[in-house]
Amino acid sequence: MSQQTKGINIVSALKDTVIAGLLSLIIFGPVVGVLLDGYDFTFQGADVAFIVSIVMAGRFAISIFSQTEFGEAFLYRQATKDDGVVVTAPGYKSRMRFIIPIMIVVGLLVPFIASKYVLTVVILGLIYVLLGLGLNIVVGLAGLLDLGFVGFYAIGAYGLALGYENLGLGFWSMLPLAAIMAAVAGAILGFPVLRMHGDYLAIVTLGFGEIIRLVLTNWTSFTHGPNGISAPLPTLFGLEFKRRSREGTPFHEFFGLPYDSAYKYIFIYLILLLVVLAVLYIKHRLTRMPIGRAWEALREDEIACRSLGLNHVLVKLSAFMLGASTGGLAGVFFATYQGFVNPSSFTFFESALILAIVVLGGMGSTIGVVIAAFVLTVLPEMLREFADYRVLMFGILMVVMMVWKPRGLVRVTRTGFATRKGSAK
Amino acid sequence: MSQENILEVKNLVMHFGGIKALNDVTFDIKRGSVSALIGPNGAGKTTVFNCLTGFYKATGGSIMLHAGGKSTSVVKVLGQKFSAADFTSPVRLIERIKYKMFGGSHLVNRAGLARTFQNIRLFKEMSVVENLLVAQHMLANRSMVSGILNTASFKKAEEEALQRAFYWLEVVHLTEFSNRLAGELSYGQQRRLEIARAMCTNPEIICLDEPAAGLNPSETEALASMIRVLRDNHNTTVLLIEHDMGMVMNISDYIVVLDHGEVIAKGGPDDIKTNPKVIAAYLGAEEGEEVSL
Repeated sequence: MSQQTKGINIVSALKDTVIAGLLSLIIFGPVVGVLLDGYDFTFQGADVAFIVSIVMAGRFAISIFSQTEFGEAFLYRQATKDDGVVVTAPGYKSRMRFIIPIMIVVGLLVPFIASKYVLTVVILGLIYVLLGLGLNIVVGLAGLLDLGFVGFYAIGAYGLALGYENLGLGFWSMLPLAAIMAAVAGAILGFPVLRMHGDYLAIVTLGFGEIIRLVLTNWTSFTHGPNGISAPLPTLFGLEFKRRSREGTPFHEFFGLPYDSAYKYIFIYLILLLVVLAVLYIKHRLTRMPIGRAWEALREDEIACRSLGLNHVLVKLSAFMLGASTGGLAGVFFATYQGFVNPSSFTFFESALILAIVVLGGMGSTIGVVIAAFVLTVLPEMLREFADYRVLMFGILMVVMMVWKPRGLVRVTRTGFATRKGSAK
Repeated sequence: MSQENILEVKNLVMHFGGIKALNDVTFDIKRGSVSALIGPNGAGKTTVFNCLTGFYKATGGSIMLHAGGKSTSVVKVLGQKFSAADFTSPVRLIERIKYKMFGGSHLVNRAGLARTFQNIRLFKEMSVVENLLVAQHMLANRSMVSGILNTASFKKAEEEALQRAFYWLEVVHLTEFSNRLAGELSYGQQRRLEIARAMCTNPEIICLDEPAAGLNPSETEALASMIRVLRDNHNTTVLLIEHDMGMVMNISDYIVVLDHGEVIAKGGPDDIKTNPKVIAAYLGAEEGEEVSL
């Protein structure tokens, strides 16, 4: 170091601290300090002082840290890092490739080593992986902001429950049917509204999600309203996973095993894992197919797409329908896993959570979405003691992510192509 | 096809509210020519382009595109309002509804007319090759099943698309940048890439909106020779808007001059140079403004 270090300027740090303290006083003073008591109020000075002192101590620590040599280097790295998209060299193979077979093997082993409770949490995580992947097609690839994704999730879940009750259709027939139903719902919603852009589309889809929930709540003669409705379990070639079966023998009797309620979760888990792996593979292929490239091009510039002969409405519609059908699949698994659905599972908060998974994971990134889905569903389960602070922590996590990695956990890469001899036809 | 004209514009009128941007514009573009549309700022050149390429719906008049062995009415494919006559003929009604639901400027491109933009519109966060692959969407194997299963026919179609992409990269001298992001290229390279992208849609006529804007003299020279290559080696008709008079006079076979939304002169470069109306439109009453005609 040729230049001498500046040293730590305590005065400026104290100045920052006082300003932060005053700001927090303005915010927390009325909110925390004034406790209404009938028409009267009491002043809770101690609470305010406690919170303000925490804020001031934190600000002082940050000020000092950012003036140290290490802190300066850290800030410099944050300010100058290149977090953009990169194109990989042709024939590039990730060093992390070995992780895929390991993850598949671990995934297959989970039901046989984990407890029933852990298994249910992992199933929930996988359902959110599916939802995240579905929304990732719509938001991450095609760039359409969809705030009503939970509507398709609800269609899948209620499709299974109502299809069983009214038509006697089981899990296996409803799994593809629900995906088709959700895709059709996506098409019906999408065709008129996909001519809109950005904010308008977000409002319309938000409305769609709420409409679905309100219909499920209020159409009591069909959906049983807020009381909910029970959903069937999957069967293994006709063998049921119940203690007693009305027709035929249940699974445990057929194989001469003692009854264990974990069997059904193991079975659901294994089907779900296969579906997730299939969706992951399809997603991987889609980005290398004309349709996937068209989605991304549409996200980049719609007018240019039109000038190249792409029908922007149909391209968007295909993304919307494919995303919706994935949401429908997730809904079927959710219903069969819970054994019961009611409209309170399909609130706007769910949509926001799925969107958060996509944003945290990185728009368009598959691995990022998988990680983010597990983090956002498994973490709240592990931190049950802090249940009251769940939304607060969620908010803090979002803010930290936006500062630290605004483009998501995993950096998006594009595949490079080897140079070849060009020929026109 | 008897058509020696690839594009016929008749009595084109375009109003924006009370503003008459185009008033009775009529001109023809000959197949295999390099034609230029020139005029002072605000004359309506880009409006003509946007009408031709289907980005604006013309208020009146007709635009016929004779390409790909058929004639396409650009005004019709954008979807027109219903008229009383539609309800007497089911065929016309169905066609009208079809264009209303699925019509749009993309059909103009599919009919054989490609364009570039005045302010470059590349897919900036996609690689250069991918930009060209997107342009070949309509030629590609778009089957979902064969794509997901990665069948041999899909691989073959992708390989062909890649070869076509690299062919065009060679033409515009961008092969070494094939795996860069389009947004990282320099301005002149982006302009060339946009032309290559438009050419990847296999058009019979390409409309270039100010291709030389922001290029230095040597790049402009390279562009002019590239335009000649498009015409001579690929049988593509070129229609361009340009302010660089040197280049326009140098490469154009035919020039249409617009002023205040009207065609004031049409003809070869020599006629235009000496046309008093054109000189008046460019120089007006001002003195000393240098236009190297």
